[in-house]
Amino acid sequence: MIALLLRDLKLAFRAGGGFGLGLAFFLIVTVLVPFSVGPQSSLLSTIAPGVLWLGALLACLLSLDRLLALDWEDGSLDLLATAPLPLEGVVTIKALAHWITTGLPLVLAAPVLGVLLNLPVPGYLWLVISLLIGTPALSVIGTFGAALTVGLKRGGLLLSLLVLPLYVPTLIFGAEVARRGAIGMETQTPLLMLAGITAATVALLPFASAAVLRINLR
Amino acid sequence: MSIATKANALWEYANPRKFLATSERVLPFFWITSAVCLFVGLIWGFFFTPDDYKQGSTVKIIYLHVPAALMAINCWLMMLAASLVWLVRRHHVSALAARAAAPIGIVMTLIALATGAIWGQPMWGTWWAWDPRLTSFLILFLFYLGYVALWEAIEDPDTAADLTSVLCLVGSVFAVLSRYAVNFWNQGLHQGASVMRAGAVTGADTEEKVSNIYFYPLLVCIVGFVLLFVALLLYRTGTEIRARRINALLARERING
Amino acid sequence: MTLTVTDLSIARGGIPVLEGLSFVLKPGRALILRGPNGIGKTTLLRTLAGLQPSLSGRIEGAEDQIAYASHSDGLKPTLTVTENLDFWASVFGTKDIQPALDAFKLNDLSDRHAGNLSAGQKRRLGLARMLVTGRPIWMLDEPTVSLDREAVALFADTVRTHLGQGGSALIATHIDLGLEGEVLDVGANKAKPKPIEDFDGGFL
Repeated sequence: MIALLLRDLKLAFRAGGGFGLGLAFFLIVTVLVPFSVGPQSSLLSTIAPGVLWLGALLACLLSLDRLLALDWEDGSLDLLATAPLPLEGVVTIKALAHWITTGLPLVLAAPVLGVLLNLPVPGYLWLVISLLIGTPALSVIGTFGAALTVGLKRGGLLLSLLVLPLYVPTLIFGAEVARRGAIGMETQTPLLMLAGITAATVALLPFASAAVLRINLR
Repeated sequence: MSIATKANALWEYANPRKFLATSERVLPFFWITSAVCLFVGLIWGFFFTPDDYKQGSTVKIIYLHVPAALMAINCWLMMLAASLVWLVRRHHVSALAARAAAPIGIVMTLIALATGAIWGQPMWGTWWAWDPRLTSFLILFLFYLGYVALWEAIEDPDTAADLTSVLCLVGSVFAVLSRYAVNFWNQGLHQGASVMRAGAVTGADTEEKVSNIYFYPLLVCIVGFVLLFVALLLYRTGTEIRARRINALLARERING
Repeated sequence: MTLTVTDLSIARGGIPVLEGLSFVLKPGRALILRGPNGIGKTTLLRTLAGLQPSLSGRIEGAEDQIAYASHSDGLKPTLTVTENLDFWASVFGTKDIQPALDAFKLNDLSDRHAGNLSAGQKRRLGLARMLVTGRPIWMLDEPTVSLDREAVALFADTVRTHLGQGGSALIATHIDLGLEGEVLDVGANKAKPKPIEDFDGGFL
């Protein structure tokens, strides 16, 4: 299991691994927002938590179609399925590797990009906390979507169509934590809901992902 | 007849041929009764009920809005049940029924959204508001789209049935979750679910209730929509079964070359 | 470990391809799988490897015993030869990859990225993976594709050594590897189309 995690991390950091693409996408989306809504700092600081959450979510989405498709194309998935690892473990590790290479950098970059959008000072802490708690759910849900569409040619667009509705609760509670934090409201309720979603998806969704992957492998 | 044999008798309809034979026999009944119910319910509701003292004649759109919204949700529940039956008992008819239901659900959701927008314009002064109920239906619509798109994308019918069934299961959980999330996110303009509350039926409710004058024609319309849904579902499932059989015949012909 | 297959029927994409297949694969033996293209050899190997369910019949002794090599080798182009093998070794809980490197003469290539290897070299690396799995029953699907004559000889030697150590192998191939073993021609087991009356009840 650890070998699989290390291999996936190594692959991501090697040339052509796609590490940093999500981060660059996040940066560009954030930079484009003031161009589209105008430079008024009051407006920007109001929408900053939501924009940063949406940007992180889209950056996450962007990298999902590589998550299992590469292993599918070169036959590694077949071989992993016949290896003595449970497929539930394989998809969990895949999601974890995706989070470390995509989610975690987004969490770390978000406060920097917050400066560009005039995020109010109390918001930084809550933005980082909400992303830190919420992005694992995005990776796990995304792995489920990737497992559903793994055998399909041009599955990328379908993957987005399937995953985006599943992202709604996470986005709502995550962005709500960041928004409330930024304007100094209490954040406990949405934070608990967000943590609950993450805990439940991490615990349960790998079973669905593995089941779906088994169906796609046959 | 004991419960066990009754259950067995029910599963017999999972046989495609038996299903087709039976559905062809009962279909005319569903078509006719749904047409009668809708005709009576809509005429009664539109022309023989008084205007609301507050909402005027706009209130009468409930005869389309409420039944369509109910069917949009019930259709998804039916797909969920059919998906479970497919995953547990592997009856092809069940999977095909779920597939056949999805486009009906999409249309019902669209009717609910469109009539809601048309009703909302005079009532709230806007075609669209990010009200929890409207938003939930929009999300439901997205779930339907994804479900149909997945069916269309996969060539092998059994694989498609398996994957869409799991998606339906997982999607149901997330749909409920979204409903709560959306409620939390915005408290909303929409009135409560006034039809299904006990108070609405007994007439003991507050002013938000749907009073009896409106309720009886609405009930007829709901029954009409349910019958229409069943008729469309049986008809479309029959079509899916035939399409599946054609593909099977073609595949067999290819093997035998 | 003896692999026993009894009255097996398998399907590809829901369509039955082979039926009534029975054989026994004993330790130390190889079984060469033959039959025309499209008959279902790959499907048979995938079914035995547990990647897809069978329609009917029994497979005994396969659980956690099979190392499977498909048409694609599961190599990562940005990892070196050693890293690729190391990964599969740790997945299967074995440590030593040196015998595998030796057997397929990969020592000189060990620091090369798999993406820079020729097709034949990649294939050798893919076959070397079988050795690091440490599993007794090998299932090989057209293992000699893109191998030169020398590499085919290396491969045949490796299989012979494996059989000598009490392993067994099921190999779908059309060339003569000079191995001791039976030939199983699955052409005779081609699934017959069902009569139309049966067919009406289900779909296929």
